[in-house]
Amino acid sequence: MKVLVANGYLIDPSQGLNSGKDLLIEDGRIAGVLDRGEPPPKDAEFFDATGLMVAPGLIDLHVHLREPGQEYKETIATGSAAAVAGGWASVCAMPNTDPVNDSPAVTRFIVEEGERAQLANVFPVGALTKGSAGKELAEMGEMKQAGIVAVSDDGKSVPSAGMMRRAMEYARGFDLTVVDHCQDSSLSAGGVMHEGRWSLILGLRGIPASAEEVDAIRDCVLAKQTGGRVHLAHVSTRGAIEAVRRAKEAGLRVTCEVAPHHWTLTDEAVEQYDTNTKMNPPLRSRDHLDAMLDGLEDGTIDAIATDHAPHHADEKALEFDQAPFGITGLETAVGLAFDLVHQGVISLERLVELCSTNPARVFSLENRGTLRKDAWADITILDPEFEWTFDVSRSKSKSRNTPFDGRSFKGAAVATIVAGRVVYLHPDFERIVASKQSKAASG
Amino acid sequence: MQTAFQRKHLLGIRELSAGEITHLLDTAETFRDVSRREIKKVPALRGRTVINLFFESSTRTRTSFEIAAKRLSADAVNISVSTSSISKGETLLDTARNLEAMAPDCIVVRHSMAGAPAHLARMCNAPIVNAGDGSHEHPTQALLDALTIREHKGRIEGLKVAIIGDILHSRVARSNIHLLTKLGARVSVAGPGTLVPDDFVELVEQGLRVEPSIEDAIEAADVVMILRIQRERQDAAFFPSMREYAVHYGLRAAHLERAAPEAIVMHPGPINRGIEISSEIADGSRSLILDQVTNGVAVRMAVLYLLAGGNPVQDEASV
Repeated sequence: MKVLVANGYLIDPSQGLNSGKDLLIEDGRIAGVLDRGEPPPKDAEFFDATGLMVAPGLIDLHVHLREPGQEYKETIATGSAAAVAGGWASVCAMPNTDPVNDSPAVTRFIVEEGERAQLANVFPVGALTKGSAGKELAEMGEMKQAGIVAVSDDGKSVPSAGMMRRAMEYARGFDLTVVDHCQDSSLSAGGVMHEGRWSLILGLRGIPASAEEVDAIRDCVLAKQTGGRVHLAHVSTRGAIEAVRRAKEAGLRVTCEVAPHHWTLTDEAVEQYDTNTKMNPPLRSRDHLDAMLDGLEDGTIDAIATDHAPHHADEKALEFDQAPFGITGLETAVGLAFDLVHQGVISLERLVELCSTNPARVFSLENRGTLRKDAWADITILDPEFEWTFDVSRSKSKSRNTPFDGRSFKGAAVATIVAGRVVYLHPDFERIVASKQSKAASG
Repeated sequence: MQTAFQRKHLLGIRELSAGEITHLLDTAETFRDVSRREIKKVPALRGRTVINLFFESSTRTRTSFEIAAKRLSADAVNISVSTSSISKGETLLDTARNLEAMAPDCIVVRHSMAGAPAHLARMCNAPIVNAGDGSHEHPTQALLDALTIREHKGRIEGLKVAIIGDILHSRVARSNIHLLTKLGARVSVAGPGTLVPDDFVELVEQGLRVEPSIEDAIEAADVVMILRIQRERQDAAFFPSMREYAVHYGLRAAHLERAAPEAIVMHPGPINRGIEISSEIADGSRSLILDQVTNGVAVRMAVLYLLAGGNPVQDEASV
């Protein structure tokens, strides 16, 4: 089966592509890039993307799908539905499920449930240590054969430098990236928000920036020693971003991701004790946010990842100290990334690089994050101008824990294609394209 | 200019204006006389119900609120954590909603977690009074402290106030810092470095001084406030021993020689004698510790009166 994605504007940093061209899909793969007016095969179906940006499918390196074990928060099916509605063709599922994904059996279950949902590609991340208890290495090789794309004990930091060293040395043999949630628990223990002026005002126990920074620096030192690949998850502090910048200058295999809420909100947002402002790492102060914008602009930051962390409304209705960390993010991330484009922090190409090209590279996802011939036909179609308001009651996720309900956005993913199949089409897609067509005709 | 107090809840001092604070203090002053009469009761809140919902143990504050409610002729009901449903796994919210279904006119809440009263205020219809939430605020304590200072110094503006001890975990310190700086006092704080983070200088717009030693903080102070060392909060070791704390941060008579000539000493109680304050001072002529307790009743009468229906203005929009 052939489909021509026509009249769009192809943005693919993997091949320096940024121009008005058509894209031919055949049997779930990219069959080629056609110049405008170049005749397509006669049997090709026509997908009109007039005036829209056609990008390689977005890849979220960091989501919590909660299945197995916490299906009341999210399932692989509902999480995948939220993913594609937010423009993500692929999601990497963190292993802190119940049971923890530390064995090939759990890995296979996640892969199969992902396939059964037939929405986004679901790539499991395996636990780094058994039960993510930080004591013994998990069976990374076995899990890799079953389908994991990286290893992590996300939710907590790898507890000791010694364990981190072993993990990096061992993971090298399987070409697996070690993902670390940098947070020295002896500094962060009991903390529920960023430590600073606002934690003092609110009387809440703080998580100092140093908790993330000392582990980030530790990991960079170990990357040098071991030559291993380390990816720092959801970095939130100036010091961690600076550590990655220096590591890159020194040629180390260190990468990092940031989450949209961290460049959008500061710790001041906690003022009313809204538990939808409680996440880990916490919302930081303005100075850290500024450092993040610099890192997004200058290339230090490799990827945008949502850290989508669904929780049931009853859990989030507890006292601030008691409520679990985390917010949903799959459906708002692209909108928040477009804020950066409209504010002039990043270009459209850089947005695609952060959400697709680089994530594929960081976890070595072959034939993803690119529109090259023979790559998987994972495609996200973006409209940078589309204005919309997020209504959490219409979210595809099973959970509702977001601080962005009612927020207005400019820019959205309007269609998501996975292996050549349209898995998400914005309800207003036809109207959007029609208005672009009439604009093109009158322009 | 007199500003009426039109809020629905009293959750903290930080959000109040100087005018609102002054109005609360003036109202408290009018109630102070009630406690001095032979018949210590006025009918202001007759037929109203006040629930004291205490998730954290407290003798002084709970009794003070109870007496305040009764002297206003309100029906006061005390619920403490040991008898509450929380131990049966009920959430704070469900407990409060169940109580609310019994139509109280005011719920006074003490909780070990910061923000719990704000959380209830958002979810419930009844007026909420914060009687201390974690390390956040304890607004009626700051008000009774201010009433005591005003009684003895005639003013708050221009005074120098030193607050000594565990500032980090103290809701009393926070509420006092907000109140005193709003009314024009200069505030200095001092204590062990682990309990007095430098970030405190930014706590309020007016600024405050974080002094390196108790002696520096007390220099020329008109008011010296000593905070209780909360042994129950010392789950992490913030200082090596009570003995060392007493030697370096406990208030003794010699310290007061540095203070202003007529300096007064205050403590929110209950006191740890010989640790944060010597008995000599606690029982001495400059100590106003018991005056504070007396004023506590007057302040809580004012708060209950203004929130629980004594003041008919309960415009939702003005919350």
